[in-house]
Amino acid sequence: MNGALDTFAAEVGGPAGGPVTCVGGRTQWDAGGPIAAGAREVRAPEGIVAYVPSEMTVQVRAGTPVSVLDEALAEHGQTVALPDWPGATVGGVLAVGRSGIRRLGYGPVRDTVLEVRAVTAAGAVVKAGGPTVKNVSGYDLCRLLVGSLGTLGFIGEVTLRTRPVAPTSRWVSGELDPFEALARLHRPTAVLWDGQTTWICLEGHPDDVQAQADLLDAAGVNGPPARPPHRWSLTPGELRHLPGRAAETGRFLAEVGVGLVHAERPPPARPVDPVVAALQRRVKAAFDPEGRMNPGRAPA
Amino acid sequence: MHDALIAELRAALAPDRVRDGALERTLYERDASHIRGDAAVICFPLDTAEVQACVRIALAHGRPFVARGAGTGLAGGAVPLGDPVVIVTTKMDRVLSVDPGALVAWVEPGVVNLDLDKQLAPLGLQFAPDPSSQQACTIGGNVANNSGGPHCLASGVTSAHVVALEVVLPDGAVTTLGGLDAEPDGYDLRGAFVGSEGTLGIATRIAVRLTPLAPEVATLLIGFPSVRDAAAAVSAIIAAGLVPAALEMMDQRITRAVEDFVHAGFPTDAAAVLLAEVDGLPAAVAAGTALVEEVGRAHGATSVQVARDRVERAGWWKGRKSAFGAIARIKPNYYLHDTVVPRGRLVDVLDAIDRIVEREDLIVMHVFHAGDGNLHPLLLFDAREPGVMDRVHAAGDEIVRVSVEAGGVLSGEHGIGLEKRDLMPLLFGPDDLDAQARLRDAFDPEHVANPQKVLPAGSRCGDLQAVPAGAWI
Repeated sequence: MNGALDTFAAEVGGPAGGPVTCVGGRTQWDAGGPIAAGAREVRAPEGIVAYVPSEMTVQVRAGTPVSVLDEALAEHGQTVALPDWPGATVGGVLAVGRSGIRRLGYGPVRDTVLEVRAVTAAGAVVKAGGPTVKNVSGYDLCRLLVGSLGTLGFIGEVTLRTRPVAPTSRWVSGELDPFEALARLHRPTAVLWDGQTTWICLEGHPDDVQAQADLLDAAGVNGPPARPPHRWSLTPGELRHLPGRAAETGRFLAEVGVGLVHAERPPPARPVDPVVAALQRRVKAAFDPEGRMNPGRAPA
Repeated sequence: MHDALIAELRAALAPDRVRDGALERTLYERDASHIRGDAAVICFPLDTAEVQACVRIALAHGRPFVARGAGTGLAGGAVPLGDPVVIVTTKMDRVLSVDPGALVAWVEPGVVNLDLDKQLAPLGLQFAPDPSSQQACTIGGNVANNSGGPHCLASGVTSAHVVALEVVLPDGAVTTLGGLDAEPDGYDLRGAFVGSEGTLGIATRIAVRLTPLAPEVATLLIGFPSVRDAAAAVSAIIAAGLVPAALEMMDQRITRAVEDFVHAGFPTDAAAVLLAEVDGLPAAVAAGTALVEEVGRAHGATSVQVARDRVERAGWWKGRKSAFGAIARIKPNYYLHDTVVPRGRLVDVLDAIDRIVEREDLIVMHVFHAGDGNLHPLLLFDAREPGVMDRVHAAGDEIVRVSVEAGGVLSGEHGIGLEKRDLMPLLFGPDDLDAQARLRDAFDPEHVANPQKVLPAGSRCGDLQAVPAGAWI
């Protein structure tokens, strides 16, 4: 029925295929812990299957590099709200589920996914969601798969919602109170803060971008500084207290309004409610009873 | 046995909040769909602990439970099947906290959608999903159905606006799914829960994401000489790179009915009317308004009006959202459908629907979310006419079929419930349904939470059954 996907499914195989791991661009390979030794490596197929710009959706195979997808979309003035880590694949960034630094404006990556075709632990191709921009037909397995680190199934192909590229995109920076700036602006694309300096991404109509920039005592810059390697997940309100936690975080760059902190030091382990932990185990067991999909890895 | 159940529920809640009188059982045997079930007992808890008590008592008596908000659901999702304990959340109607800085509010499930917006408006904030039933429907119901509304075109449906949920799980345990932090650990069980139609548990507190109100709003009302022209304009607007806040279409029948009813100022001579809204910062709104107008005129628009002020805008939206009330003047009963097709197929599918409806000798009106291809054909009939329901169902099933064949889906915002449960195989194969059943079973292996909904019989090793004979009304 679907050549590339069926080939991928055959490669993953059923329970007799043993432990198996799906490799993308390896840009976030540490997420969720190391893969158990001996797991066979597979790769999702590549290529754009269908793109109709007026529908603002694109159907793409999971092994496609995000940069390749973005180039195709840019020809029609569109983009997709996936992080553009160099070398990252569409399936990889969805399996990891981490957003890029424009999340404040673009929303989390999980909200870009309309339909998923994934290969299950039984080696079957399963479709979840639907190809239209709006759909509530059945359970939302798409969101369950995004961020599941391939432990419930390997994403083989997806339909994503695209978005228009903003007419103007501009970064400004200054020694501003980022919380006050966020309150003053109308839905900026990003507000980043290292405890002292604030970087703000403004996008939209050129006149609006200028008017918003004029509200700030900030100068134009090329972009934000490099992000420290570790991700802390805080609530937006907790970011105010970051300067007092410098000993824990080291140098940091916080996504104000989102709550994500890129920090020099790793985040402390967080307790998991035992009820949730038990539910997670039941979900894992339901989809992968033999534990063969990305063994060793856990999205927690 | 039944008496013991009632006694325990009354002891856990309060005697007057556990009802099993004939009147209440009749009131709660159905929702806004055309399907009827049987409510054994109806409970009105006030907080999480009472919801948990209801669930635990139901389990102890071997009864399933069915959660229910305002009962505005159109797909039979809240129809009680299996002699269940019905748990009504409408008395849990407090907005618990609003944090304008973090753009999040904790609410109880019984808060009415529009009431929440009224509380948020003075802060310059809103909860974006705005179903047409927003004067009555509850946030808990919105979560269960992953509800949409006209303004979900740009801002997304409920799932994009819920960050965390306190839930009572089908085994009676209470926990929180998701979180207020940026990237909660583990699987996105919050995402799986939203839209699960009460089959994975009951949400007892909901953390909703708040959206700042746009500084500038422009609303346009555009008349077209044909439905085809209006639909082509919809595609052209999106293709031009504009995602309006809302893009709604009404055909002439519904426009006239609404105009007679609420006098909104709709052009009754147009074959189709588009209600478009552009919001954001001033220059973008001005450019977007000009674009919509230009595209409209290029597609033969016979009239273009821009709302002069908030009052006129509110009047137009009132007209749009009261469309379903207006049609009672034409026929006493209606059946509202909900499918989605790719925008590019709108015209073909609308034509096909007209043919289906003609064949079944019914009347159809169209009022729908054109921007996201979300059709809402409204079939009008008189239920006293013998055999008419068979024709209504035949037409409905056929409408779903042509929508799916056109590359669409079964439902855009009403959900599957009972209405479309047995149509799920049109969209999903056996392996797809099996995967969905696995999720359901991980949460609720015994199928005690809203049994027999969403998934058809045999999705896994299920024990589901056909809609009971005589349930359709």
